[in-house]
Amino acid sequence: MKLFRRASKEPLWKDEFSINRADEQYVNRRQFTKFLVLTSLGMFVGNTWILVRSCFSKTPVYPEKNICRAQDVPVGGVWLFRYPSEKDACILIRPDEETYVAYSQKCTHLSCAVYYAPTKNRLECPCHEGYFSVKDGRVLQGPPPRPLPRVVLERRGDDLVAVRMEIQKES
Amino acid sequence: MEPQNLPTRKHGLTAIDGALALIVILLIVQMWLLTATLESYLAGYREVVLPAAIVSGILFIICAVLYLFVHRIDADARETSSKHVAEISE
Repeated sequence: MKLFRRASKEPLWKDEFSINRADEQYVNRRQFTKFLVLTSLGMFVGNTWILVRSCFSKTPVYPEKNICRAQDVPVGGVWLFRYPSEKDACILIRPDEETYVAYSQKCTHLSCAVYYAPTKNRLECPCHEGYFSVKDGRVLQGPPPRPLPRVVLERRGDDLVAVRMEIQKES
Repeated sequence: MEPQNLPTRKHGLTAIDGALALIVILLIVQMWLLTATLESYLAGYREVVLPAAIVSGILFIICAVLYLFVHRIDADARETSSKHVAEISE
């Protein structure tokens, strides 16, 4: 039993452009099915391409960047900066006397800028009311699918230095 | 009886329509999978990439099998109708 056989013994062009009206319904459906299956192949190729890119992409190298002096940020205040490139807005928060945390300012939902709400001690996205924890950047509420990327800070004397970004796992 | 009204042909068309509907559903799932994978990959989450590619491959194989099914029904039905037309003309 052949898996794939021609619809008839007619030449190929007669198979694809039938003069029989009854056959036309079949030809149309078969051709449309072929188009959909080729689209499906395109989707698979797209996914495979992402996989290949992922295998060959290098781990990003983050520069060290001096952000500000620790006393520049008041308790309950924020400091806006850009890291790792000038296009990436980040927010540094000082929720209490000894704690400094920094996150990417782009909401993981639709990239709106998040801001710090000191009264509720959380990061809020004004676009769709997505809330993030100040402690670890995890999603507290709303549509964001992932936690905020965290900027790892080091304190060097009085200075706060960003050393790398940390993509956090979904909680 | 006209060739297009033969029971074999009608059943064949119904089966093809069913397969076509299934392919459309699988394709929508594949589209969603591709966009979700791309979004996750660009956000730095690479662990989803391999499972997504595998699932997408499986969905493509199912679509291809359904296409073979459609092709076979098409071949069978057209063969039946051509025999029928030949019998009538005799």
